[in-house]
Amino acid sequence: MNGDAGALLEVHGLRKRFGGVVATDGVDLQVRAGEVHALIGPNGAGKTTLVAQLAGQLAPDGGRIVFDGADITAWRAHERARRGLARSFQITRLFKCFSVLEHLALALQAASGSSVGAWRPMRREAALWQAARAQLSALGLHDHADAAVEALSHGQRRALEVGMAVAAAPRLVLLDEPMAGMGPDESVRMEALIRDLARRTTVLLIEHDVDAVFRLADRVSVLVSGRIIASAAPDEVRRDPQVIAAYLGRE
Amino acid sequence: MTTPDAAWRPPPPRGGDTGGPAKRDPRCSLGRIAVVLLALAALALPWLMHTLGASFYISFAGRVLVYAIAATSLNLVLGYGGMVSFGHAAFVGLGAYVTGVMISEGVLNGGAHLLATLLVSGVAAAVIGAISLRTRGVYFIMITLAFAQMLFYLANSIKGYGGDEGLNIRARSAIGFGLDLKDPTTFYFVALAVLAACLWALARFVPSRLGRAVLAIRDDEQRAEALGFATFRLRWLVFVVAGMVAGVAGALSVNQQGYVSPNVLHWTASGTLMVMVILGGVATLWGGVLGAAALLVLQEVLSSYTSHWEFWTGWVLLAVVLFARQGLAGLLRGFKTR
Repeated sequence: MNGDAGALLEVHGLRKRFGGVVATDGVDLQVRAGEVHALIGPNGAGKTTLVAQLAGQLAPDGGRIVFDGADITAWRAHERARRGLARSFQITRLFKCFSVLEHLALALQAASGSSVGAWRPMRREAALWQAARAQLSALGLHDHADAAVEALSHGQRRALEVGMAVAAAPRLVLLDEPMAGMGPDESVRMEALIRDLARRTTVLLIEHDVDAVFRLADRVSVLVSGRIIASAAPDEVRRDPQVIAAYLGRE
Repeated sequence: MTTPDAAWRPPPPRGGDTGGPAKRDPRCSLGRIAVVLLALAALALPWLMHTLGASFYISFAGRVLVYAIAATSLNLVLGYGGMVSFGHAAFVGLGAYVTGVMISEGVLNGGAHLLATLLVSGVAAAVIGAISLRTRGVYFIMITLAFAQMLFYLANSIKGYGGDEGLNIRARSAIGFGLDLKDPTTFYFVALAVLAACLWALARFVPSRLGRAVLAIRDDEQRAEALGFATFRLRWLVFVVAGMVAGVAGALSVNQQGYVSPNVLHWTASGTLMVMVILGGVATLWGGVLGAAALLVLQEVLSSYTSHWEFWTGWVLLAVVLFARQGLAGLLRGFKTR
């Protein structure tokens, strides 16, 4: 093991290519337990591809992913989720036939409960609904428990998307551009939500809004052309000449 | 029993609030009344037909019930599970052949027929599902079709059991209680009981944990898997259960007709079941029943006027697909709301 102590997620030499395009080119990354770790980089750097490999939607061509002491490289996405590695998606993906509260109950059931019961109606399961309801106010959705997802604003949908990922208290949550497409007010609310989340769990935040990233993150990694070119505290990364040249530009 | 709306949303909590979704559906009680009336009509039908001197229609009604069971099982896979299986007749055919072969070999115990049918159609669905469910979209349609056609040619080639001419059986499954399945009225009530059990189970399944998970997987499989659902396993489970229910429909059909031929396995038989589901209403509790009844009645009526009944059936299907997206069940629901 060459990872530093306290690393919850360790990525070693991860590689993925699509035909002639190398999307992930030997990524090494350590996410420490309890931190907000931001992953930034220009468009096309391979951030979403990397997240998909960490969460299990894509199989890497090479390298290793260790989460919570277990080598999860070959694990399926649902096995990772049930181990406590959750993710949200860049494009909001909600279930059109479920209400807000049902989404949260579904997330709780998926991450920690059983799904083979085919006889008892879910609406009778008081404990599940109470746990789902308890999540509403943190997401700013307490007045929308029974709303259909079409009735929500973009910001509310994004909050629900993140809320589903963290409903079952994962050990680590991968947030794939949670602020994508948001107005200023909505971004402020999302930032508060992530700050609140960071008190309870480890966060790997992929985000385009660099200002928000530097406010939120304990450490920042910069991905350029499928490689991590810097991984350090925000101030250090901000001054790194390589990062300035490749991504941040001259400020 | 719930209304077809239960396909989408669980009814409001009864009595003590569980903190669950608080949705009051004003149509719920109306739906219950309709179900009770329908059940009474179904129970009174044989007596009514005898009284009217139209006993022939009792076996016709029995045929509708058998198709309704098969179509309901396909609706579980296709409608609720989102798996467009084009080989569902394979399981119906397996059930029919297993029971038919056992009877022709002198094994008459109905319980043994049921067990063997569930076992064979279940194992077949497990194997076919384990392979086909690795594919998506049009590949899934083609691979399920291919498996069903393989079984069709297999049935054609087994000369010992009729080959392409089919297998005639003289006896019927012995189900005890002094009941004889050769009697159309007895058969009707047995098939009605099986259908009622299927509908009850389906109505319980949809708002259950498994049902909610399966609906989520249908809507966005990758999202559901990222939440922690073992999507492959759950889809496979639904596929196997539906295959077993289809097998039971097949076992009933051979008992009704006294005959089974490879045609029950042909892809057109799978197509007929699919048409029934679409006509009746995809992912609705009553879709399979309404579709089976509508298509068979339409056939019966049109074929007495014209030999080109399929042409006119096609127009009806076209109209339903274009104007009633949730089929007849959707139309009925809209009617109730008014």
